[in-house]
Amino acid sequence: MSGGGQAHRWIVPERLGYGAITAAVADPIQKRGPGKLWFYAVLATLPFVLLTLGAIGAVLTVGIGLSGVNTTVVWGFSIANYVWWIGIGNAGTLISSMLLLTRQRWRASINRFAEAMTLFAAGIAGIFPIIHLGRPLYAYWLAPYPNTMHLWPQWRSALVWDFWAILSYILFSALFWFTGLLPDLATLRDRATTRTGQVIYGALALGWRNSARHWQVYETYHKTMAALAVPLVCSVHSIVGLDFAASLMPGWQESIFPPYFVVGAMYSGFAMVVVIAIVIRWGLNLQAVITRAHFDVMGKVMLFASIVMTLSYATEWFTAWYGGEHPDRDVVRYFFTGDYRWFYYALIACNCVVPQALWFPFARRTLWLLAGISVVINIGMWLERILIVWNTLSHGHAMSLWRTYHTSLYDLAILFGPLGLFVLGFLVLVRIFPVVSMHEVRQISHDEGAAA
Amino acid sequence: MSAPLLAEFETPDALVRALRLVRGDGHRPLDAYTPFPVEDLAGALPPPRNPVRLVMALAGFGAAGAMYALQWYSAVIDYPLNSGGRPLHSWSVFTLVPFEFGVLAAAVAGFATMLRACGLPRLNHPVHDMPQFERASQDRFLLLVAPKDEPGPLRRRLEEAGALLVSELRA
Repeated sequence: MSGGGQAHRWIVPERLGYGAITAAVADPIQKRGPGKLWFYAVLATLPFVLLTLGAIGAVLTVGIGLSGVNTTVVWGFSIANYVWWIGIGNAGTLISSMLLLTRQRWRASINRFAEAMTLFAAGIAGIFPIIHLGRPLYAYWLAPYPNTMHLWPQWRSALVWDFWAILSYILFSALFWFTGLLPDLATLRDRATTRTGQVIYGALALGWRNSARHWQVYETYHKTMAALAVPLVCSVHSIVGLDFAASLMPGWQESIFPPYFVVGAMYSGFAMVVVIAIVIRWGLNLQAVITRAHFDVMGKVMLFASIVMTLSYATEWFTAWYGGEHPDRDVVRYFFTGDYRWFYYALIACNCVVPQALWFPFARRTLWLLAGISVVINIGMWLERILIVWNTLSHGHAMSLWRTYHTSLYDLAILFGPLGLFVLGFLVLVRIFPVVSMHEVRQISHDEGAAA
Repeated sequence: MSAPLLAEFETPDALVRALRLVRGDGHRPLDAYTPFPVEDLAGALPPPRNPVRLVMALAGFGAAGAMYALQWYSAVIDYPLNSGGRPLHSWSVFTLVPFEFGVLAAAVAGFATMLRACGLPRLNHPVHDMPQFERASQDRFLLLVAPKDEPGPLRRRLEEAGALLVSELRA
C-alpha cells in the first residue's frame, strides 16, 4: 500500500480493475467447483437439519410438554431462541440500510451476505412462535380473514403484533435483498457459459440491461427502501421488546426494553456478520474485497454496542432500585444471587467484559481473536434472552409459584439444530448467488480512483 | 433514418466525454449501459419517468390507513370485546400493525413501480444481441447514440473519442 496510504482501504490494490473484481466474486460460483470442503460442510450440517425437523415434528405431534416449561415458567427456549434469531435477522438489513444512508462505502463488501443472513435468521425465528403456540394448527387465526366463527384477531395482543412484524419484515428483507442482487444477476447471466446458467440467471435478472435509466430508478428505489428499512427494523425489534414490556411482570415492564432490544439485535447481528465474513472471506478467497479495514470498523461498532448494552443493564438495575417497588428490586437481587446467577455472571462476562478487548487495534485486526470475541458475544446475547425469560418468570409476584426451569432434550434440539439449518442455507447460497455486491464494489473502485 | 450506433469505452470518464462531444455535434444520445451507476450520466441523458417515491408513499399511507380502519371496525363495531377494561378504540396500540403493513405495502408497490419504470421484466431486447454487450455488466461502458443523418461522421467522432468498438444497432 505504499504511496496509496488511506486511498484504497476497502479494496486490495492488485484487484482493482472492474473485470478483476467481477471475476473475484463470480468465478468461485461459475468457474470453480464447490470443492471437497463444501461437501463435507454440507454433510456436517445434515444431522443438525434432521434434528431440527425431528424436533419440530415431535413438538407438533406430542405437544409443548416436550419443552422444559411449567406452569410458572411458561416461556422457555422457544422464546429466547426467537428473540435471538430475530435479533440476528434484524441486524442484516439494519447494517445494510444504515450504512447505505450514511454513505459508508465499505458496506459494499458485506451488505449482501448481511442481508442474506437476515433472510435465513428471520425465517428461522418465525418458526419459534408457531411451535410455541401450544395449538400451532390454529396459527392462521392470527390473520384477519372473514371466517364462519365471526371472530377477529385481538389487536391488543403482542402475539398479533409479532405476526405482522415478522411477516412484513421477512417479505421486506427479501425484496431489499433481491433488488440489490438484480444487477449482479445480470452479470452472472452475461458470464454464464452453460445454457442452464444463462436461462436461470437470465430469468432471475428479469432482463436487467444496466441502462443509465435503469440505474436511476434503481437508485431511487434502493435508497427509499433503505430509508424505510431503518424504522422498520427498529419497530420490529421494539415489538419483540413489547412482548415483554407490555406485561405487568417485574423486570419486564420497563420502558427501556424496546430500544435496549434494538441495540442488542444490532450487537449480536454484527457479531454474526463478523463470523460469517471471516468464514466467507477464507472459503471463497475474497481477501481482495473484504479487507482487514472492514473488520476493524466492525470491531469498533461492536465495541460501541457493548458499551450501550452495559449501560442498558446498569439502567435496568438502577431503575429497579430507584423505582423502589419491592418486586422489581427483588428480581434484580435474584439476578445476582438467585438460581441462575452463574448464567448471569457469564452474560456480563460475555457481553460487557470480553468485548472490551476491542479497544485494542490488535484484537480488531487479528481475525481468529475477533471471531472468538464475536462467538462469545453471540453466546452472551442468547444468555441475556433466556435470562430475561427465566429470571422474571421464576421470581414473579406470587411467591408460592416460584419455580425454576428444567431444560429438556427437546430444548437443546431446537437450540442447536437451527444453527445447522442456518449454515446449510448459507452453504447453498454461496454456491448460487454472488456473496459480495459486485456493482457496488466496482463503484467504490471507481470512486477511489483505483481502477483506471 | 439510420440505425443508432453502440460505442464501447474502457472508462466511465471516456464515455461521458464522448457523450458531450457527440451531443455538441448535434447527434442524439439515447442511452448508456454501465456496470455501475455513473453520476454524470444522470444529468446528461433524458431522465426516465420515475414515480417510485410517489407510488411508495401512496401505497404505504393508503395501506396503513386501511389497516387502521380494519382494526377500528373489527374492534369497535363488529366484535367489541372488553379486554381488561381498555377502551375499545385502543388507538395507541392500533398504530403498530398499520406501520408494519404500510411499510410492506410501500416496498411491494415500489418494487412493482421500479420494474414498470424500467420496462422490466423484458427478457430480450435488441441491445442484448450486440457484440460486447455482455461486458456492460462487467467492465465496459457502452453508449448508444442516434446519428443526426449519416452514421459515418458519428462513427468517426466516437472512434476519435476513444471508442474501442462501434457497431450498428439493428432493431
